[in-house]
Amino acid sequence: MLKNITMGQYYPVDSVVHRLDPRMKLILAILFIVAVFMAHSFVGYLLLLAFLVFACKMSNVPFRLLLKGLRPLRMIIIITFLLNLFFTPGEDLLVSFWIIRIYREGFMQALFYSLRLVFLVAGTSLLTLTTSPIALSDGIETLLSPLRVIHFPAHELAMMMTIALRFIPTLLEETDKIMKAQMARGADFESGNLMVRAKAMVPLLVPLFVSAFRRAGDLAMAMESRCYHGGEGRTRLRVLKTTKNDWLALLILLLLIALIVLEGIFLKGVLF
Amino acid sequence: MLSDSRVSLQDVSFTYEEAPSPALSEISAAIRPGEFVAVLGHNGSGKSTLAKLVNALYIPSKGNVVVCGYDTRDEKLVWEIRRRAGMIFQNPDNQIVATVVKEDVAFGLENLGVPTEEMIPRIEQALSVVRMTKYMDSAPHTLSGGQKQRVAIAGILAMEPSVIIADEATAMLDPSGRKEVLETVRMLNQTKGITVLWITHFMEEAAQADRVLVITDGKIELEGTPAEVFDHVEKMKEMHLDVPHMTSLADELRKEGMPLPKGILTVEDMAREVEKVLCPSKSAT
Repeated sequence: MLKNITMGQYYPVDSVVHRLDPRMKLILAILFIVAVFMAHSFVGYLLLLAFLVFACKMSNVPFRLLLKGLRPLRMIIIITFLLNLFFTPGEDLLVSFWIIRIYREGFMQALFYSLRLVFLVAGTSLLTLTTSPIALSDGIETLLSPLRVIHFPAHELAMMMTIALRFIPTLLEETDKIMKAQMARGADFESGNLMVRAKAMVPLLVPLFVSAFRRAGDLAMAMESRCYHGGEGRTRLRVLKTTKNDWLALLILLLLIALIVLEGIFLKGVLF
Repeated sequence: MLSDSRVSLQDVSFTYEEAPSPALSEISAAIRPGEFVAVLGHNGSGKSTLAKLVNALYIPSKGNVVVCGYDTRDEKLVWEIRRRAGMIFQNPDNQIVATVVKEDVAFGLENLGVPTEEMIPRIEQALSVVRMTKYMDSAPHTLSGGQKQRVAIAGILAMEPSVIIADEATAMLDPSGRKEVLETVRMLNQTKGITVLWITHFMEEAAQADRVLVITDGKIELEGTPAEVFDHVEKMKEMHLDVPHMTSLADELRKEGMPLPKGILTVEDMAREVEKVLCPSKSAT
């Protein structure tokens, strides 16, 4: 029942975007966030939308998957919209009844702020949809490695992520086993209210934690016996390589930012 | 004597922190290059501690452990020892680090700082020796226990060791997995001359070794070829260790007056000897 879980939300198909260097994709995601914050007009948002649709097409990821990432955030987006709609003062009154005043400025701000959230989530989803968790942790390791000079544990962080990913299926299998063992002895995990069900999880979590700690001890010993001594002097089987496509992608994104900035300077107020 | 042995233990004692009595006391043994030595003992006899001492995971409280000419007491030599003496652990799940088989095989090489170009042929070679090439890109959790142990062996093999220590490597496997792991290690012992220290509580596995050390309460009680060791049927039983079924049966039959020789270990041995007793004319021809 716990089988066939997908790790993160990685969508395993082959595409130009999937093949990009994870380091570059992380940088692109950050630049995209910058671009989202630069956009202050409809044309700007149209440019962002065009970029997102283009990237999505190139990645062979169905567009609805991108939108699916928005679902957990829908309440935040709606609240952002409503707060900005009702509480932004302005000059151009659109609607007025009882104590509610909606100004044109408020409406525009509400629209832009919620759109901004939508773009932020959709853009970063595209990163996790097209990059396997293991590639992502490699990318994070190399990007953060310059911080080693200030003793930031970049390698350790990536190693922890790798081990966590390795043990997710193992621990899930074990959870399943313990759950069945407890159910065979009459444990009930499904009925009752939230508190009752949470309490029923205790006999499941205790053995799981005990075994996880034992596994950690075993693994540490196994790693040491295979000469693991931290990141120093370590080589890698997977070597990240930037290709022409990576630089092309970077160029496109920089172009997007440039267009948004130029539009903000020269066309401001021409349309809306 | 020292230079002749791949692994040598000289009056080794080891006491765990806060333990009242030592896990191993004054053990001495020498293992020759290319030898397949089984260490037999019941739970808590100290046999796993012995394995960890040889891999420099533990440092003896007293005495010296010398592996490939390196003393485990010297902290600078720890990595030299571990690359030469690879260890397979009991739980197949808890020794695989990476999310893909070939990357796990690469783990040791990455730690040693082997250049990437050199890694790939060594990984392919190691996986083909343990016949796991097909699973190169598989996730470890999709493999059977025996296959996981073979991946662990490949991980060690890629580091080109001269000693393999198996710390109850088959204890958690089903019979077919047990067979495939033991066969793989025996094949490495015979074809590549890798010295093997095989720690187990299965008599049938110990029976296939060149030499058996029996450990009880931290001491070596018996030592010799499997046939020599298992002839001490009474003594083995005193130590709560079983001898192989056939050795035990031969002992019972001898007590009843059947003239069977000593040193029967397997069903084949038994069949041959019984045939000699029952139809002497047939076996003479």
